[in-house]
Amino acid sequence: MATAHVMASGIGGMRTAGDLVSWMQMARKMRINEAKQYVADKLGIAVIDLANEEIMREIREDLDIGLITAMAGTAKGIAAKKRIAELLEITIPSVEMFKDKMNL
Amino acid sequence: MTKEILTRMGDGERVSMSADDVRADIIAGSEEAATKGDIPPLSSDEIDELFDIIADENRIVSVKPGNEVIMTDDGGAMLMVMDQADGGVGLSMGRAQAVYAYERICCADTAHIGHMDYSIKPLKAIITLEANEYYNASLMSTIPLFYGSQPNMGLYYTPDGPVPNPAELFQVGDVKGAQDAQDEAGKYLKEDILHVAKQLSEVGCEGINFDTAGSSGDAELRVVLECVEEMKRRNPGMPIIMGMAGEFVLGMHGAAEYKGKKLAGLYPHEQVGVVESAGADVFGPAINVNCSESFPWNLARAVVFVKAASEAANIPVHPNVGMGVCGVPMFELTPVDCVTRVSKAMVEIGKADGL
Repeated sequence: MATAHVMASGIGGMRTAGDLVSWMQMARKMRINEAKQYVADKLGIAVIDLANEEIMREIREDLDIGLITAMAGTAKGIAAKKRIAELLEITIPSVEMFKDKMNL
Repeated sequence: MTKEILTRMGDGERVSMSADDVRADIIAGSEEAATKGDIPPLSSDEIDELFDIIADENRIVSVKPGNEVIMTDDGGAMLMVMDQADGGVGLSMGRAQAVYAYERICCADTAHIGHMDYSIKPLKAIITLEANEYYNASLMSTIPLFYGSQPNMGLYYTPDGPVPNPAELFQVGDVKGAQDAQDEAGKYLKEDILHVAKQLSEVGCEGINFDTAGSSGDAELRVVLECVEEMKRRNPGMPIIMGMAGEFVLGMHGAAEYKGKKLAGLYPHEQVGVVESAGADVFGPAINVNCSESFPWNLARAVVFVKAASEAANIPVHPNVGMGVCGVPMFELTPVDCVTRVSKAMVEIGKADGL
């Protein structure tokens, strides 16, 4: 059922910019249109392309913010989240803890 | 010959209805919600839009490009590993692996991890183990990862807990005793929620999801709101999703208030105000399903409530769209035709920020 909702209405998670828009809802309580516009502005793309795999695949690789496909040497997990926090200028609790552990 | 539309009842039974009957049920469901909530019904344009969604001849429907929203959940990934009778498929894999599969195969926007015994009371005893599981999972996940649990204040009453059972006190006419019992249980619940939240906060938790808030009534909801306020005071950077137990706050206590607002009887467009004032980041309305009514009736009714809540909100609104809520039929294997129609209607008519 959750997957049916994801396919019917979701942005697409890491396939596209779903995680990035989610972070803005959570970090700044942004409503959906504001969150999408914020992320689109940060990426320099149109809002409609936030869910466009053909655009977002390349952007995610260029910015090294985590890919859905397994590619060795790219940022994954907490490393990707650290780069996302910097890109979106937000604070992510797990990243703050990671930075603390790394003495960053 | 009148065109027949293949749809379902609220319990999932497949039925064929005439277009006129579908439209009549949409209007009836909309009016029912409007009367109960004292909110506007669907406009004629919205009725037409909802009719088109329900009558779409395709088995699966979706939002138009550009209308996509965020998916949060209360167990999407956990269903892979849990073996509960209400939906888990019980695969032999760990919860962290389920989160990664949900992220990278199902392509969810956010994920959630929680314990099979989902309530705060049993969770308290094992929170150090849960915090470690969460911590490990969060190191390799990229999408926002929530920890979820339900307050479930009922577990603090006898025979499961130490507090006299209000239901039994009501039966002998001891209303004051029942209220006192709920207040006492609330103290235990508050202590446990704040303990769990502190443990999760200390491992860099990216967010907490309170599921089915108010399931034991207004006194429970008051405690959750107080906990959200305290959690935000201690750690403002940890997001909180607050999902409701039902469309109407049950007045089991009757006198429970939060910041001077009486909680019993609040509908979603009123619930969102108190949730916002407590400091929560996302509000999840839950609209009940009537199994004896049709899917068009239930969906129209749910959309009216969600639309009113979205208009009243200043924070993102993510309606609960699981089995038996917001129009999704009350059936273990939720029919995908209904699930996707609920998805589209909640976003494009209900103006939800996510699901």
